[in-house]
Amino acid sequence: MGNWKKYILNEKIIISLLSILISLLVAAIVMLMIGKNPLVAYAALFYGAFGTKEAIIDNLMKTSPLILTGLAVGFGFRAGLFNIGANGQVIIGALLAAYVGTMVASYPFYLSIPLVMVAGMVGGALWAAIAGWLKAYRGAHEVITTIMLNYVAIFIANYVVNGPFQAPGGVPKSPAIAYSAQFPNIMSIGATSLSTIIFVSLAAIVVVYGIIQKTTIGYEVKAVGFNPYAAEYGGISIGKNVMLAMAISGALAGLAGTTQVVGVYGRYFGALGGTMGFDGITIALIGQNDPIGIGLAAFLISSIRTGSNQMQIAGVPKDMVTIIQGIIIFLVATNRIIKTLKLRKRKEAVEL
Amino acid sequence: MDKNVDYSEYAVVMRGITKRFPGVLANDRVDLFVKKSEIHAIVGENGAGKTTLMNQLYGLIRPDDGKIYINGVEKIIKDPNDAIAAKIGMVHQHFMLVDRLSVVENIVLGQEPVRGPFFALNRARKEIKDLSRKFGLTVDPDSIIEDMPVGMQQRVEIIKVLYRGAEILVLDEPTAVLTPQETNELFEILRSLKSQGKTIIFITHKLNEVMAITESVTVMRLGRVTGVVKTSQTSPRELANMMVGREVLLTVEKNSAHPGDEILQVKDLIVKENRGIKAVKGLSLTVRSGEIVGIAGVAGNGQTELTEAITGLRKVESGKIIFKKEDITNFSPKKRREMGMGHIPEDRLKHGLIKTFPIYYNFILGEHDDPKFSDGVFLKIKDIRKFSEDLVKKFDVRPPKIDLLGMNLSGGNQQKVIVAREIAFDPVLMIVSQPTRGLDVGAIEFIHKTLISMRDKGIGILLISMELEEIFSLSDRILTIYEGQIMGEVRPEKTTTEAVGLMMAGHKLEDLHQEA
Ligand SMILES: Nc1ncnc2c1ncn2[C@@H]1O[C@H](COP(=O)(O)OP(=O)(O)OP(=O)(O)O)[C@@H](O)[C@H]1O
Ligand SMILES: [Mg+2]
Repeated sequence: MGNWKKYILNEKIIISLLSILISLLVAAIVMLMIGKNPLVAYAALFYGAFGTKEAIIDNLMKTSPLILTGLAVGFGFRAGLFNIGANGQVIIGALLAAYVGTMVASYPFYLSIPLVMVAGMVGGALWAAIAGWLKAYRGAHEVITTIMLNYVAIFIANYVVNGPFQAPGGVPKSPAIAYSAQFPNIMSIGATSLSTIIFVSLAAIVVVYGIIQKTTIGYEVKAVGFNPYAAEYGGISIGKNVMLAMAISGALAGLAGTTQVVGVYGRYFGALGGTMGFDGITIALIGQNDPIGIGLAAFLISSIRTGSNQMQIAGVPKDMVTIIQGIIIFLVATNRIIKTLKLRKRKEAVEL
Repeated sequence: MDKNVDYSEYAVVMRGITKRFPGVLANDRVDLFVKKSEIHAIVGENGAGKTTLMNQLYGLIRPDDGKIYINGVEKIIKDPNDAIAAKIGMVHQHFMLVDRLSVVENIVLGQEPVRGPFFALNRARKEIKDLSRKFGLTVDPDSIIEDMPVGMQQRVEIIKVLYRGAEILVLDEPTAVLTPQETNELFEILRSLKSQGKTIIFITHKLNEVMAITESVTVMRLGRVTGVVKTSQTSPRELANMMVGREVLLTVEKNSAHPGDEILQVKDLIVKENRGIKAVKGLSLTVRSGEIVGIAGVAGNGQTELTEAITGLRKVESGKIIFKKEDITNFSPKKRREMGMGHIPEDRLKHGLIKTFPIYYNFILGEHDDPKFSDGVFLKIKDIRKFSEDLVKKFDVRPPKIDLLGMNLSGGNQQKVIVAREIAFDPVLMIVSQPTRGLDVGAIEFIHKTLISMRDKGIGILLISMELEEIFSLSDRILTIYEGQIMGEVRPEKTTTEAVGLMMAGHKLEDLHQEA
């Protein structure tokens, strides 16, 4: 059997695909119950997501940051960490990127772009590392600390863009970043542009896959996530790896924020982060912490959201999308429960 | 044909059981006949399929083919609930206890006693106390599992099965973790269970136990039954040959040691156990290069804490650990490894193995950042796989598939993976805890030979084992530990197991001399 076939028939993939299918069916039943035609609704959804060039561009631009926050949360999961703080890390990363971005006007793009990107990633990484440090050396659970840090990040951002780092004009947004720090567009149709930041996200999939599968760091992080006792026995420092995994997770979230600064808005402004940090949790779950799976899950979520406007126009409430999304997560999550049970049984079976 | 056969004299009949795992035929048309109220042994090499067979009886996995009859009636056992309903109970090779819960809580798990809406733990506590008194299985119902030594956890497992009212008990290598005394106590219990009409299926690698307590034996090899004999009509040697398919040395041969410098010194060591009570109380010992120092003792006398302190997995309260003339008392486990300290841990599933890692990942645990396996950033996957292929062959890990996850190996083969890894990393000092727990006779022979040859190469070995026989046949010096202190040092050729046994029970060496 070829590798390719093995990948397609993988249990994880089957679970995800089944979950998506079932959720579409359930949503269809709900639509029938409220007297709507699901076929029409799904056709509109599909058209809204892929029917026009604008739609496709819009879809891809929404996918891009979701890939990064999905990877951020997924990487944390690999180390046994539940990073709910991607939102805060997105904000701090974006803020720092915007700040550095305003100072690099005199530099050529090949200096200013890396500088800004590094700033954004470092911002996110440091923010997450606070929670990592508290977990590793003070035993504070990361779920609590990252949630609290989300609020702190929001308050900091509000203060900064309403005061010391505010663009003239009284609107809560930062000054524009230097032209040399902005990512070019691939194409524009009217007001929608496809930015080269999409390549950053695609590259991140490859890099994260590489880290998890091919590096010593990935080995240690997974060991700590799977069995901290054995990791410690093997000389792997749990504290160091908890911090490192949090920092890498935060760097990815920070990068998500950065791409919005350098590729979409050209500056920081209040609503930039949106809910992409929390969406990362959804996406990591659906993608089952696999970098490629996360890429596909981000595209899926972005597609149904992008298409939902057309669905609304066709007379089916936009909120149907939230229902679909909820059911997918529920099914994937419960399937994980089923799988864990199966795994436990097999473990007994295997070598009791 | 089967339809007309009367199996009513048998408590358990398994006919033509076949179970295939990806790439492994774990059970190949296995037949098992167990008479009512007999003690029946199943023996066989590591990976022979013993556990797999019992897991099918207990409903943990379903057979691909074959039939099961309980008391003469065909039963389809879909899950453990069906098995419990058929009054079958199983004590697993690796315990199934929830670490954070107490003894009572573990025992009632799944059948929690309630009074109205409330959890009626007191009633259960009383029942458990009665059970444990009746069978001499003393445990404190309120201890937390993770604070208990493995020997104690074993008792909890047995009480749990009895609590559920099992009539047919499956014990998968129950004695692997017990001391000789505890084993004798267990045998007393098994005998009394048998006299009350219970049927017992008993898996073990220790052939003297088979001889001591069972009526009949089923021998398995490579997934098949290779022999069914009455215990009274066989011998350990014959059983070993049936299992392994060749002549096995049941004793180790070795020349006298040529010890060098002191490589490990432990001075006045004090270490606490999880509940904060002192477990190691001012213990001192030394190990020289090229010798094997054995620590004999009943489980729970500080051995676990001692090894964890020496290997850096547990904090030292006071005292010193000196390794290669350097004070390593506060060194990280990693630093100690780098200095050449190897460790075969007592609890292989907790410390020794990452179950969700493939074998080739498990083989480099602790060495994963060594230049051999990593260029600093990337793992050298090709080299790692090559290294693993070699080790799997050298140590006869079965099946020899390095992509298999740790949890899909049989218990003995998991142990082989750990031993192979620690030996391959070329240590100068080895802390070896229960190295042959759960291994078949052939594998034990191999590990013993390997340890002796390491000693002859000048490696210092500290051996902690509950098997007195193992201690006696491998050690150059024997230290006996009792309540966290060394009771005395003896040479195996100048003492008897009785003398060491007395020291294990708390008599000082000097006292023994006085009495003599
Ligand atoms: N879930 C599984 N997937 C793949 N192989 C498995 C699985 N469970 C067991 N095996 C294989 O089946 C064979 C029989 O294993 P089993 O655990 O029954 O051996 P055993 O006789 O109990 O050995 P031991 O004495 O070492 O405990 C082994 O080769 C093992 O690797
Ligand atoms: Mg077994």
